[in-house]
Amino acid sequence: MQDADIDRSVGAVTPQRARFAEPLALACGRTLADYELVYETYGTLNAARSNAILVCHALNASHHVAGFYADEPENVGWWDNMIGPGKPVDTDRFFVIGVNNLGGCFGSTGPASIDPQTGRPWGADFPLVTVEDWVAAQARLADRLGIRQFAAVMGGSLGAMQALAWTTLFPERLRHALVIACAPNLSAQNIAFNEVARQAILTDPDFHGGHYYEHGVKPVRGLRVARMVGHITYLSDDAMAEKFGRQLREGRLTYNFEPEFQIESYLRHQGGKFSEYFDANTYLRITKALDYFDPAFAHGGNLAHALAAARAAFLVISFTTDWRFSPERSREIVQALLHNRREVTYAEIEAPHGHDAFLLDDPRYHRLVATYLDRAAREAGA
Amino acid sequence: MRTIRADFAAIADWVRPGARVLDLGCGDGELLALLRAERDVAGYGVEIDDANVLACVSNGISVIQGDLERGLSGFEDRSFDYVILSQTLQAVRSTERIIREMLRVGREGIVTFPNFGYWRNRLHVLSGHMPVSENLPFQWFDTPNIHLCTVNDFDAFCNAHGVRVLERLVLREGARIRLLPNLRGSLAVYRFEKA
Repeated sequence: MQDADIDRSVGAVTPQRARFAEPLALACGRTLADYELVYETYGTLNAARSNAILVCHALNASHHVAGFYADEPENVGWWDNMIGPGKPVDTDRFFVIGVNNLGGCFGSTGPASIDPQTGRPWGADFPLVTVEDWVAAQARLADRLGIRQFAAVMGGSLGAMQALAWTTLFPERLRHALVIACAPNLSAQNIAFNEVARQAILTDPDFHGGHYYEHGVKPVRGLRVARMVGHITYLSDDAMAEKFGRQLREGRLTYNFEPEFQIESYLRHQGGKFSEYFDANTYLRITKALDYFDPAFAHGGNLAHALAAARAAFLVISFTTDWRFSPERSREIVQALLHNRREVTYAEIEAPHGHDAFLLDDPRYHRLVATYLDRAAREAGA
Repeated sequence: MRTIRADFAAIADWVRPGARVLDLGCGDGELLALLRAERDVAGYGVEIDDANVLACVSNGISVIQGDLERGLSGFEDRSFDYVILSQTLQAVRSTERIIREMLRVGREGIVTFPNFGYWRNRLHVLSGHMPVSENLPFQWFDTPNIHLCTVNDFDAFCNAHGVRVLERLVLREGARIRLLPNLRGSLAVYRFEKA
């Protein structure tokens, strides 16, 4: 980390934990009798409790949104370029919450947790959770923290789907929704990629039907392939071409199946790293939550009807080269909001990086979020 | 205090209180801010330029980033009371399409444009040069303006394209020109509907 970054970092952070004993009814029909959520907070909740921002995470991220751990200074939060003192989500003004979603593998109750019924890890028996289930759990955390209404709920990708769900499930509990690199549902192509990823995991001999914990193994090969497939879809063709092109690792062909092209070696590295820290059962569930998300489904496919209950003001942002959650999909959301006469601003950021752009430090993108939240902060008296 | 642009003042005069307004090519949102303050309108801007989008956000104006040349497909039929195109018509490639789209999305359209028939412009051309003035501030080689027209031209356009002019105002230095407007006025403001 450079000194300038440290100045603008929230600094060393400590995750916290909240236990919920009230049963949570899930979309799948099952109920979680009790559960824990692990979360982090940055900044200070003001006396009016009006300056809270909830940051929802996407597929592979966690509650560790900003700052670093004192004993692990290299472990920097996944959206640290966005959140911190003087950053677009300014922790000098806002009280920011990051929470690991239910079914996650970073400390909240999930497949690797102990099922109180059996005394063994849930494994395959952990229920399939949805975006709406996550939002319901997040709302309980908000209750616990004494936050009746968020200044904003925000996220990118799957995180943005949660922000969108918040606006209809709890319309009065947020003033702004920042919906970044989102889609109102996954396309068939997107579901197809997720299914390839899941098949890689499900067919790994070490998967053991999801009960691999008790066998002392992990389906790392499946997880690696799953991550490799996913990673391809987060980048644009151009970004990959620019970064790797047809570069060879050894400068010549070797005529074998070792990684010859730089892109192969990059994907293997990404897959390998990911399989060390991520849980396969969680990956399966999060990709399913993505596939299931479709607020318009219950409204005969009419997104405008689905979003009719929303009361928040929206900032919708897409990135030109994001082919996974393309600008067209964001425009569908905007159109539905216009139909409902909601306050909405839409920006299309010209960025070469594909879906991953939402995580990157693009000055136009960050200035936009900073400017939008500056107004939200003033409204909140923060 | 900034002075209000002459065409903005005319538009603010016309727009009914509480109306729904779509401002195409809204710039930094100045007109919408004025209409919100003076006419309590609910409005959105459409703007292509990043810096202008940012300025709108800073001014608290709802703005949809997009390219007018691609039409208004994201907007539903008759979803606005007014669709406004101020000092942009002359820079739009497909004039017919944008006017048609304005009257699809809005009950009424409002356009403003620099009147090329203004005598000073004619004098420029007579003297052998393209005009450069307050309303036409660009040199011929770097102008975004590709469809300059006169008041008479626009009247004829409306006539030929099923557009009924509801109100027309031709201005010079903010004052209304009633006598020989196509010669003496530099800025035209029209309100119209589908005939």
